[in-house]
Amino acid sequence: MSPGWPLWEVFVRARRGVNHVHFGSVHAADEETALQAARDLFTRRQEGVSIWVVRSSDVVASDPDDEDELFDPAEGKDYRFPTDYKLPAEVDHM
Amino acid sequence: MIRNQDQFDVVIEADQRIESDDWMPEDYRKTLIRQIAQHAHSEIIGMQPEGAWISRAPSLRRKSILTAKVQDEAGHGLYLYGAAETLGPDRSELLEMLHTKKQKYSSIFNYPTPTWADVGAIGWLVDGAAIMNQVPLCRCSYGPYGRAMVRVCKEESFHQRQGFQIMLTLAEGTEEQKVMAQEALNRWWWPSIMMFGPPDTESIHNARNMAWGIKRYTNDELRQNFVDASVPQAEVLGLTVPDPDLVWNEERGHYDYGEPDWEEFMQMVRGEGELPAERIRTRLDAHNEGAWVREAAEAYAAKRREVAA
Repeated sequence: MSPGWPLWEVFVRARRGVNHVHFGSVHAADEETALQAARDLFTRRQEGVSIWVVRSSDVVASDPDDEDELFDPAEGKDYRFPTDYKLPAEVDHM
Repeated sequence: MIRNQDQFDVVIEADQRIESDDWMPEDYRKTLIRQIAQHAHSEIIGMQPEGAWISRAPSLRRKSILTAKVQDEAGHGLYLYGAAETLGPDRSELLEMLHTKKQKYSSIFNYPTPTWADVGAIGWLVDGAAIMNQVPLCRCSYGPYGRAMVRVCKEESFHQRQGFQIMLTLAEGTEEQKVMAQEALNRWWWPSIMMFGPPDTESIHNARNMAWGIKRYTNDELRQNFVDASVPQAEVLGLTVPDPDLVWNEERGHYDYGEPDWEEFMQMVRGEGELPAERIRTRLDAHNEGAWVREAAEAYAAKRREVAA
């Protein structure tokens, strides 16, 4: 394996109708061999029906240091959940 | 991957899902683009009648709830535009279709909302009817649409409950408040009933869309489910459903109900009158007033590319 190979993120669709889910990463020289490597590595037991590979450097990720300011504002807004509304027992399954 | 009609038919027959890179019949694609886009348009136009009540909501809690709900409608619109785009059209094309009225939005948003009780009735009945429609769509044969609907349905539940809670508060309040709740129910009952579309005997695409797995229940089946679920809820509120023909049918195990005014429905679908014009005008204003934001984003991206190069 040449040290210059890029890293690729692998997403697998387990079956028709569900999302591709992140499975892990592979090292490969180009997109074609990345797909091949992903297939060999992650679908030995029929784990999927479709694979996506994305060059890891193309993934734009949120900064871990920004976690608080990004996600804290959603805290304490219980009214966004159905459980926050108490209804009479006869209609509570609504 | 599906490459031809035969393979498509096998997948549909097996009740499996079609994905965006599969071959699909042109009519299937067109039907879905139209349905998903019109669903998306309905979500964002639906922000208007309720958005107008945020400043007049009776407490800080009610303002927060209504703001969250209107935010959700915007989000649902975006999930759905994203799903429609997997079938080919560009976002700007879809919005253009709404702005030029080449595609419709649900005519339920062409009814006025004169009182706070209307906000309650919309949550309880309109969102209730929407949920009844949307739950089966989670199993739509087109994967990206079904998955968008799973997210929408999960978020929609609080919309109905908050609406019912508003109605309950009013129904247990002063005589005047109770009257307000009853009048809102009178205004929204029939429009909600008609949200399920024309009767099965007149619905031209029912059979084809059922065969394609886009639709799982007919308009009349969904309408019956809605009536059966809503009547006992009205009883809990102590309000009267404005249908003199409404009666429990022991034999069928369902409520019998009266015939809606389909002429009014067709008028609403045609979108004639002042309110529909105002809905589109408000949408266009928002779009045009946001133009500088889109231009600024593009200019900033171009500049960053320039600096990087």
